[in-house]
Amino acid sequence: MRTRIVGHCIGGIAAIGIAASIVYGCASAPAENDVSERAEAMMKSSFKAHGQATLARLDQDETQRVCSEYAGRALPPAVAERIEKANLETIRYPADGNLVGDWKSGEKIAQSGQGFQYSDDPKKAAGANCYACHQLSPKELSYGTIGPSLYRFGKTRGYTDETRRYAWQKIYNAEAFAACSNMPRFGYHHILTEQQIRDVVALLVDPASPVNQ
Amino acid sequence: MRTMIRLAVAAGAAAAFAASIGAALGESTADEIAKYREALQDGNPAELWEARGEQMWKVPRGPNKVSFERCDLGLGPGVVKGAYAQLPRYFPDAKRVMDLETRLVWCMVQQQGMSEADALKNTFGNGSAKRSDLEALAAYVASQSQGIRMNVALDEPHVHDMYRLGEKMFYYRGGTHDFACATCHGDDGKRIRLQDLPNLTKVEGAQKAYTTWPAYRVSQGELRTFQWRLNDCFRQQRFPELAFGSDASIALTAYLAGRANGAAYAGPAIKR
Amino acid sequence: MADPMKIRANLVGDSTEVKVLMSHEMETGQRKDAQGKTIPAWFIQKVNVTHNDKVVLAAQWGPAVSKNPFVSFTFKGGARGDKVKITWVDNHDDSRTDEATVA
Ligand code: HEC
Ligand code: HEC
Repeated sequence: MRTRIVGHCIGGIAAIGIAASIVYGCASAPAENDVSERAEAMMKSSFKAHGQATLARLDQDETQRVCSEYAGRALPPAVAERIEKANLETIRYPADGNLVGDWKSGEKIAQSGQGFQYSDDPKKAAGANCYACHQLSPKELSYGTIGPSLYRFGKTRGYTDETRRYAWQKIYNAEAFAACSNMPRFGYHHILTEQQIRDVVALLVDPASPVNQ
Repeated sequence: MRTMIRLAVAAGAAAAFAASIGAALGESTADEIAKYREALQDGNPAELWEARGEQMWKVPRGPNKVSFERCDLGLGPGVVKGAYAQLPRYFPDAKRVMDLETRLVWCMVQQQGMSEADALKNTFGNGSAKRSDLEALAAYVASQSQGIRMNVALDEPHVHDMYRLGEKMFYYRGGTHDFACATCHGDDGKRIRLQDLPNLTKVEGAQKAYTTWPAYRVSQGELRTFQWRLNDCFRQQRFPELAFGSDASIALTAYLAGRANGAAYAGPAIKR
Repeated sequence: MADPMKIRANLVGDSTEVKVLMSHEMETGQRKDAQGKTIPAWFIQKVNVTHNDKVVLAAQWGPAVSKNPFVSFTFKGGARGDKVKITWVDNHDDSRTDEATVA
């Protein structure tokens, strides 16, 4: 509870950069804070655990909390930087250094929206549903537009180590590069396994992948 | 004798619909969906729920043999005309802000003498074997606000507080996918796969969405209430299950209904 | 027992326009439940419409018709106050008849 107020004020100072803003930033914080806290308490008493979707899902990590607080408003650059740095540090890489798997399996993962809903079978492998938000292979016409088109991702950026590394990092933790992104953090939250991430990376960066045709 | 027939043939219509989507992506997708809806608007099965709800409204029910004509939805006992357009509202007798569904349950329990478990038995129906009285009642009551402007009393302190809490919830990110309502409903012109997503942070978006629920869902063959809509979006959001009639459900409803203020209620509509 | 139909019959020029909503599951017999068991077919097979006791429509339906079907049709003739009577029979031999007055 304490830390949230501090976080709020630090954001204010950093954004405006003068001492006077401390007063402004902190003065407005308690009222808003009170609403946030009551909303959180209300949610905890209004949901029921259902299968794999336990009440722990309502507990926010630092990133989720700060992003919720700034939602609907511009994120101050210093706050964004702080979030991105913290998220970059969460990224883990395969021990064998191999970042690229099989694009065919990656395509299946990108198509599947199964996983983590209480209505889903937790024993089945989860998908990533990249197509829900992105255009990828031009053959798939049923794609969403919450994220940018990834058609020709590898071809456009070049089939380099940097591109492969960026694809891995972005899928592992999208907020390492875009604080409060609408894209899920697939590695950080263990939505996808290491091998699944490799396969989706392949879908983006393999020259033979339909994405790059 | 000349007889012309038009039939809503689910399998056929849905297949043709899917084919036309595949063929005409982009801007025309919305047009196709609009056409499909229009074709069905004329014979919206929601009316079957409304008719059942209207009947139920009038007959004595529960151990106390009391009908809903004693139930006060905010405009006086038994008054349904325009009631939905002013809900959620604060009810001093229950000391709580309530939406339509929670108020109906309250009347069943407090006036008709039903147990809460019985009143909440079939909140969301499933076919003729598991029909929901609440869905039928909600369809009937809502239909009696057709054409009436949404007018949720945001200046009433309890309602105002719920509105503010609902707004916070709308932006609350959590779960395994970092989703909030705003993730999917915070921008103009976005879609998930081919489903258009209303921008509920804008007044027009909230108005268009809120004023069409309850709605008949062709894909389920069921009439669904706003409680169901919220419940199912939270499922997709990977959150735990929203309890029916919980404070959080009412806060979010107050937020979206309040944002819809000024728009004429146009439901129960028909949806995908 | 099945729910009543919702019938509207209106005189439009020299014809009567009838709109009917029926409450019925219309199970195709091809769907499976959550346990993978086939849900048995259950659908309206016959629809019969009379206008002042004269048949104006007799239809055979199959399982391809949607749940809670909506039908609209027009027949020549009719006058305000006339009766339009509709009957459906399903494959369980369950049936329902409702009547409306032309407006
Ligand atoms: C819920 C929506 C959503 C899902 C699901 C999603 N993304 Fe994203 N993605 C976004 C958004 C929004 C952006 C833009 C903001 C950002 O960069 O984070 C984005 C950005 C990206 C970028 C950066 C593009 C660039 O030009 O730098 C990549 C790469 C990417 N997504 C890959 C994927 C892959 C692969 C998947 C499936 C494993 C996926 N996304 C699933 C929403 C989504
Ligand atoms: C993962 C994406 C996602 C999230 C998160 C989400 N929704 Fe939705 N929502 C959808 C989709 C998709 C539809 C359209 C469904 C359809 O057409 O069947 C929808 C439909 C709706 C509608 C009905 C719109 C209309 O015009 O009929 C409302 C209202 C709504 N959502 C509210 C919410 C609220 C409130 C939340 C937060 C609790 C939320 N949604 C979270 C995806 C989402």
